Amino acid sequence: MNILIPIKRVIDYKVPVRVKPDHSGVVTENIKMSMNPFDEIALEEAIRLKEKGIASQLTAVTIGTQACQDILRHAYALGVDQAMLLETDKSLEPLAIGNILKAIADKTDAQLIIMGKQAIDDDNNQAGQILAAKLGWAQACFASEVNIEGDSATVVREVDGGLETLKLQLPAVITTDLRLNEPRLAKLPDIMKAKSKTIEIIPVSDLGIDLPEQIEILETTPPKPRAKGQMVGSVDELLEKLRDLM
Amino acid sequence: MSKILIIAEHVNGQRQPAVYHCVMAAKQLGDDIKVLAVEANVTAENAAAYIAKLANGYTHILAPANTFGKNILPRLSGLLDAPMLSDITEIHDAATFSRPIYAGNAFTKVKIKSKQVLLTIRPTAFEADKTEPEVEKIQITEDLGLSKFVKLEAHTSDRPDLTTADIVISGGRGLQSKENFAMLERIADKLNAAVGASRAAVDAGFVPNDYQVGQTGKIVAPKLYIAVGISGAIQHLAGMKDSKTIVAINKDPDAPIFEIADYSLVADLFKVLPELEEKL
Repeated sequence: MNILIPIKRVIDYKVPVRVKPDHSGVVTENIKMSMNPFDEIALEEAIRLKEKGIASQLTAVTIGTQACQDILRHAYALGVDQAMLLETDKSLEPLAIGNILKAIADKTDAQLIIMGKQAIDDDNNQAGQILAAKLGWAQACFASEVNIEGDSATVVREVDGGLETLKLQLPAVITTDLRLNEPRLAKLPDIMKAKSKTIEIIPVSDLGIDLPEQIEILETTPPKPRAKGQMVGSVDELLEKLRDLM
Repeated sequence: MSKILIIAEHVNGQRQPAVYHCVMAAKQLGDDIKVLAVEANVTAENAAAYIAKLANGYTHILAPANTFGKNILPRLSGLLDAPMLSDITEIHDAATFSRPIYAGNAFTKVKIKSKQVLLTIRPTAFEADKTEPEVEKIQITEDLGLSKFVKLEAHTSDRPDLTTADIVISGGRGLQSKENFAMLERIADKLNAAVGASRAAVDAGFVPNDYQVGQTGKIVAPKLYIAVGISGAIQHLAGMKDSKTIVAINKDPDAPIFEIADYSLVADLFKVLPELEEKL
């Protein structure tokens, strides 16, 4: 079984995000970039399926500029067999991402796509579901447990009401939640080996795919600041402050 | 003119509070509003396919930004090839909306150029509408055979719902064990509060996943939020920083939670909680 793992390069989750003074976006210059944490979980799940002998070929794919090669090298170091960069300097909308990934799913003959439930930059939580719709495949979002048996997948999903179990007919798209697994760290020799591996680079414009542009970003602003709080010295003082609220 | 469709979730035939917040948001767009309800155990594949067939003519299709809406609405977006905006917190006009990005550390204002747009509405950003909307329940007859609902492990509780409670008391890793969460629960019962948790507390197995407040988990904005033994990772703050009043109790004076708290108590929670319980 071939697994496709779409990944995204985002501002590292430990870096505080700052809005540009002219409100044109957030500051990304000289900022540490990393693989989206939910995608690391997706990658880990795919690697485990390969280690169990369930998956045969793992392909990591990302969409973006040449700078995104770093996360593909990281994916190689962790254990994927193939890495692809769909090169574009445009910021694409979720429907465009769906169209591109559908083409790549076809090209790599994927039977399973595992991806992060959301990227921590735009927080859209859309790409996996859109892709599943476009492929006409089953979907299981926010997965915390995945079991593959033959041509079906049993997935436990984290939902607001608790834990939901679904049984999917493969092929399918699974999006990962935080508790699915704990991603491993890359080993130094593997990081070294990954440097010489080939990344297939395809300009997005060569794909001949419709890339809808229907969302115009007008401005990006910082959140409204909260009023400064105060220290209280004891439980009694706290209760006094909260008297009208409880 | 706007024509609005709201996709609401029913659990065992019961309306969920999020629908009232969606109605309030819809009323900012126009008065031609229809509400369709989908039973929680209907798969996203079947629900989206059904709704796609009747979606023509609607300018706005809304669903709550919870795990129900986030599952179904993007799939519908893919089927309709209509753009979607997630987690709307402000409606400026029928084409212009604001939404949080980077876990609420920035907000983006966007304008839609398409005839139809899909929106998930952040329930805490819109008041609950006071009227009972007319709701049409959809009976899904066609099964695409792609996936099957197997079961839901629900954690039932007599306490108020986390997303709608006036008071929420949440615990973090500082609670140290499942047993210690009982201290929070006793206080919650005295205050008629809901009990929440940080990701760290859920990861550690102290409480089930549906207690989690945060970017992953539930977004809450109660009148009073009491964070106990929670350090205040960005992930957690994203889920609660719109609460009206925030109280933080933590023994570490440098915990980031204190930066957003209205009232901060630097103290050992194992001394504070029993005292709080006694004095309430």
